[in-house]
Amino acid sequence: MSEAYTFAYLDDATKRMIRRALLKALAVPGYQVPFASREMPMPYGWGTGGVQVTAACLTPEDTLKVIDQGADDTTNAVSIRRFFERTAGVAVSEHTAEASVIQTRHRIPEKPLSEGQILVYQVPIPEPLRFLEPRESETRKMHALEEYGLMHVKLYEDIARHGAIATSYAYPVRVEGRYVMDPSPIPKFDNPKLSNNPAIQLFGAGREQRIYALPPYTQVVSLDFEDHPFEPTKAEAACDLCGATESYLDEVIVDDAGGRMFCCSDTDFCASRRDAGHIGRLAPEVVA
Amino acid sequence: MIEIENLSKSFTLHNQGAAVISVLSGAHFAVAPGECVALTGQSGAGKSTLMRMIWGNYRAASGAIRVGGLDVATATPREIIALRRDRLGYVSQFLRVVPRVPTRRVVAEPLLALGVPEPDALARAETLLDTLNIPERLWDLSPTTFSGGEQQRVNIARGFAHPYPALLLDEPTASLDATNREVVLGLIEAAKARGAAIVGIFHDAAARARVADRAVDVTRFTPARAA
Amino acid sequence: MSGPLLEVVGLEKRYGARIGCTEVSFDLYPGEVLGIVGESGSGKSTLLGCLAGHLSADAGHILYKGRDTRAMAEPERRVLARTEWAFVHQNPRDGLRMGVSAGGNVGERLMAVGARHYGDIRATASDWLGRVEIDAGRIDDRPRAFSGGMQQRLQIARNLVTGPRLVMMDEPTGGLDVSVQARLLDLLRALVREMGLAVIIVTHDLAVARLLADRLMVMKDGRVIEAGLTDQVLDDPQAAYTQLLVSSVLQV
Repeated sequence: MSEAYTFAYLDDATKRMIRRALLKALAVPGYQVPFASREMPMPYGWGTGGVQVTAACLTPEDTLKVIDQGADDTTNAVSIRRFFERTAGVAVSEHTAEASVIQTRHRIPEKPLSEGQILVYQVPIPEPLRFLEPRESETRKMHALEEYGLMHVKLYEDIARHGAIATSYAYPVRVEGRYVMDPSPIPKFDNPKLSNNPAIQLFGAGREQRIYALPPYTQVVSLDFEDHPFEPTKAEAACDLCGATESYLDEVIVDDAGGRMFCCSDTDFCASRRDAGHIGRLAPEVVA
Repeated sequence: MIEIENLSKSFTLHNQGAAVISVLSGAHFAVAPGECVALTGQSGAGKSTLMRMIWGNYRAASGAIRVGGLDVATATPREIIALRRDRLGYVSQFLRVVPRVPTRRVVAEPLLALGVPEPDALARAETLLDTLNIPERLWDLSPTTFSGGEQQRVNIARGFAHPYPALLLDEPTASLDATNREVVLGLIEAAKARGAAIVGIFHDAAARARVADRAVDVTRFTPARAA
Repeated sequence: MSGPLLEVVGLEKRYGARIGCTEVSFDLYPGEVLGIVGESGSGKSTLLGCLAGHLSADAGHILYKGRDTRAMAEPERRVLARTEWAFVHQNPRDGLRMGVSAGGNVGERLMAVGARHYGDIRATASDWLGRVEIDAGRIDDRPRAFSGGMQQRLQIARNLVTGPRLVMMDEPTGGLDVSVQARLLDLLRALVREMGLAVIIVTHDLAVARLLADRLMVMKDGRVIEAGLTDQVLDDPQAAYTQLLVSSVLQV
């Protein structure tokens, strides 16, 4: 850890302010708590909210994992991981099970989380009602008075236009029968994992200056219609590297002739399976 | 059924130096069920004014206008609306309707307002339109485009759609041909026969002589004009 | 219900020292249409805004079914506003969601009161589009693609779908062609009769008032200067201002 920084980058006052916001968010699951988001040494949209929440949670004993769309090895994930290695000196890992704090952009790890783990989401737009009601004063009132009819209008429009609920990510949920919440742009495939999760789930929106949270074992229900029930969807395929059929898949275009492959978006999950001997259609062992 | 007592009316024209024009004073007469009273007097004597006061359209300065027990002169708007809905009918000289509403509906409207089921109301409207010789091809058109005589007949059909116990008729036979004049006079006689109390203005002396039981000369109630 | 649906007593709204409306009292029963006429700035829109809860009045009572809405908590008033009341804006853009399909616009109030069956919501929306004479084939079009008259009818469908008791309209026919106005007036009259609605309609158009309203209130400088039966107020106006107002319009 570089001596030029306080532990985990933030000054004590900021850390206290964010922790207070986190405690309030945990006490009122799904409610968006305003906080005084600080400038971070990275642009908005790169996870400044998640980084502040992570920084406020980290202790020297923690092990940190950072994923971007499920991957540990993309620029965003690598740079945030390096940032905390340098400013907090904490241990890092790419293995879900080893991490005590996981910062994520747009995914929930495939491997079930356990008690004691904290999952920190990077959130671009925390307000699920903004799509149809741009006035913040009005959306706040709608949350306060539980006026959530509008949320279903969005889903209605989906079905009217596409024949089914086409919203495939950032799919709105209702928390403990009270607040409607944007789960950040995770694929709706991940929505069921939000509910009854043993881990603490924290959501940070840096530009929008909002923090919200799901304490362990919170009931989270995806909104739907009686005749168009919620369906977590994924590509109808198996991972071409590890052969998994139950994980969320990325589609990768591999040549100019329309060739494509599917692989697990969760790189740790995929690697663990391959280490255990599972082989997919296009695994190097098969192709070679 | 209709009793007028010591009724007077004046207009105050605020925008013409607050001139007060007295048009009627001490009017009194009564109409019994089954009776038709014709208002007479030269043009400007106040026949239409008197009729409009019974209808509740003009406010009385003093006196009483009792129609079926309600004093129109002092009644609230709500009471007058109720009176017009079920007890007092009015055939004016002019048809005033929402444009683009089909004739059939225009005629059925008083019945619909009373809660008569739509098929029954429309059937009654069609019978009346047929009786009054409005060709069936016009029933689905708005009467606003009709000729004067046709409009007048639509107006009459509308006024006779519901069997009001009291009826006001303002020149019901004006601008009608002989055939239709006969039909209208027949309708008036039928209304009398079922016990309606009718007040009418008839310039058509022959028509007046046929349906009216007596005449009330409105000139008697016209105050002497200040020179 | 035997009493009035709405009872307004001594209502007043001020903008600083200026009077918005004052000493306004009236009552309204189901099935009645009350017209409020007057020039721009006479206080008629202010009055309507206070009644709908868009503006907060400074004095007086607004009793809806015997309960003072001014004393109600906001959540309760908002529930009333989306169930038992309807508000039709002069400009359909203020009363519609322009980015949402016609069906979604009509369905919103249903979903707001808990409807969660897409097929049922759509069927109801489709039925209402028919009632306001919009082709059901346009259920998925956005209001932007509609003419002004259609937008206004869509706004009415959106408001009436939950079967409100009290409908407030601010110049609903303003800005429409005369022929379109006529169709809208006929539609409104039929709905009033069929649904037993109580309607308050603010308009500066005396012809509209004559055709739609049972009773009329004439406002000037924030006060009601004359009230009564519509045709009586228009044909035998008593107040100087009403006489001027009536004599100023082309014969209708």
